[in-house]
Amino acid sequence: MYVAVKGGERAIDNAHAWLAEERRGDPGVAELGVAQIREQLALAVNRVMAEGSLFDPDLAALAIKQARGDLIEAVFLIRAYRTTLPRLGASNPVDTGAMAVDRRVSATFKDLPGGQILGPTFDYTHRLLDFKLAAEAAVPEAATAPALAGPVPHVTGFLNRDGLIEGAERSDATPPDLTREPMELPADRALRLQAITRGDEGFVLSMAYSTQRGYGRTHAFVGELRIGRVAVEMDIPELGFAIEIGEVELTECETVNQFKGSKTEPPQFTRGYGLVFGQSERKAIAMSLVDRALRWKELGEDDTGAPAQDEEFVLMHCDNIQATGFLEHIKLPHYVDFQSELELVRRLRAEAMAVQEAAE
Amino acid sequence: MNADSPTDQTARRDWMSALAKADPARLAALMPELPALEPLRPPEIGAVMVRGRVGATGAPFNLGEMTVTRCSVRLADGTVGHGYVQGRDQAHAMRAAALDALMQTDQAERLQTTVLDVLVAEADVARVQRAEKAAATKVDFFTMVRGEDA
Repeated sequence: MYVAVKGGERAIDNAHAWLAEERRGDPGVAELGVAQIREQLALAVNRVMAEGSLFDPDLAALAIKQARGDLIEAVFLIRAYRTTLPRLGASNPVDTGAMAVDRRVSATFKDLPGGQILGPTFDYTHRLLDFKLAAEAAVPEAATAPALAGPVPHVTGFLNRDGLIEGAERSDATPPDLTREPMELPADRALRLQAITRGDEGFVLSMAYSTQRGYGRTHAFVGELRIGRVAVEMDIPELGFAIEIGEVELTECETVNQFKGSKTEPPQFTRGYGLVFGQSERKAIAMSLVDRALRWKELGEDDTGAPAQDEEFVLMHCDNIQATGFLEHIKLPHYVDFQSELELVRRLRAEAMAVQEAAE
Repeated sequence: MNADSPTDQTARRDWMSALAKADPARLAALMPELPALEPLRPPEIGAVMVRGRVGATGAPFNLGEMTVTRCSVRLADGTVGHGYVQGRDQAHAMRAAALDALMQTDQAERLQTTVLDVLVAEADVARVQRAEKAAATKVDFFTMVRGEDA
């Protein structure tokens, strides 16, 4: 039951004014610019774009500033904003094989065509706090070497030539879109990937970790991880042909898993797939593990009852905006709900005590 | 210009793509003046759903949206131009549409040299600079002397 209650307007206005002041912090410290967040907190910006499901670094940086660095609140702001935008169309599927790679590594092949390109990675750092960053200092220029020629081929492409790995059959079917129609289960793989790529990084990470620890065990190798920029192409109705409408940074992960074969398929490697906006490596790896775990039915594997194999569990709980909305709403006034609970508990106690007294 | 011929279509595709990805401020600096024009569709900010493919080569799936601004204009001589640009900069979309129209007129050759070639060359430089940094992080494996070889 809902009862409209008025009042609290002044308190709310004052709370928001104080929020603005707290957001600014000590006025003696220089204010943070949106461009500074975009350039210097780029991985936070990437996460907000991935989970907000909108590639626009300036908007994500603004959202982070407004949310005082609360990334889920920032994702919420982006999700709310995107609902105000008219949908101009859908792009042609991006060609990650043509990616201009900043980073490309394989844990399965040492000497692969195109090589192991480390890129700007945290890997191999010692994870010791660098106190030099506490002081402003010029950054030495990164080393350069002659650019490598040509596109970098996918690892799965050359495994596929020997038939050692399952193919990914090309189709041009229009994928389902959970931002247009409510998600229906069972979901096909395309819908699952859409849900996971915008899912909470922490949730997807934990789900993936659980499969590694044995809950729905799928022993995965990172066949390939690549980060870089791809062009986005869209058919323009006024023109009747496609143009590039921009460029996005993506992280792609292809995992390779053992598969002992089924009634219809010979033993071969199977694949998990992760593709995420921005430089979002942990999320992309986790996504490909969860994608692979959710494919148990299609591949004729056993359902071990593991959470990561449970499509409904994963897809209905991976969205941090849905989760936070439902979780945090319980802090809002529930006076009438609680009043009825209070009356119920009082009545039950009175009845229980009456029974006890009668027994004595 | 006959926009239906394949060569012209490729050329138009190329310049519209370059304009879509251009830095708005840089484009404005290269082309400060807009010609006299009538907006057919004023700049409109919207979203485009970016798609990927399952396993990079399989069935399409929806990855997430990106912001795009579009605009259509008509020059005094009746030439129509369209702009589709990344981001939310309305002046960028208007300028891209104006340039798309002008590229279909006798000004094409001049604008190709003074605006488009510059944008493409600068984008190439930026791309090569990143590729050179990436190349410097390529691992050169070497095998240590193994016990049985010694």
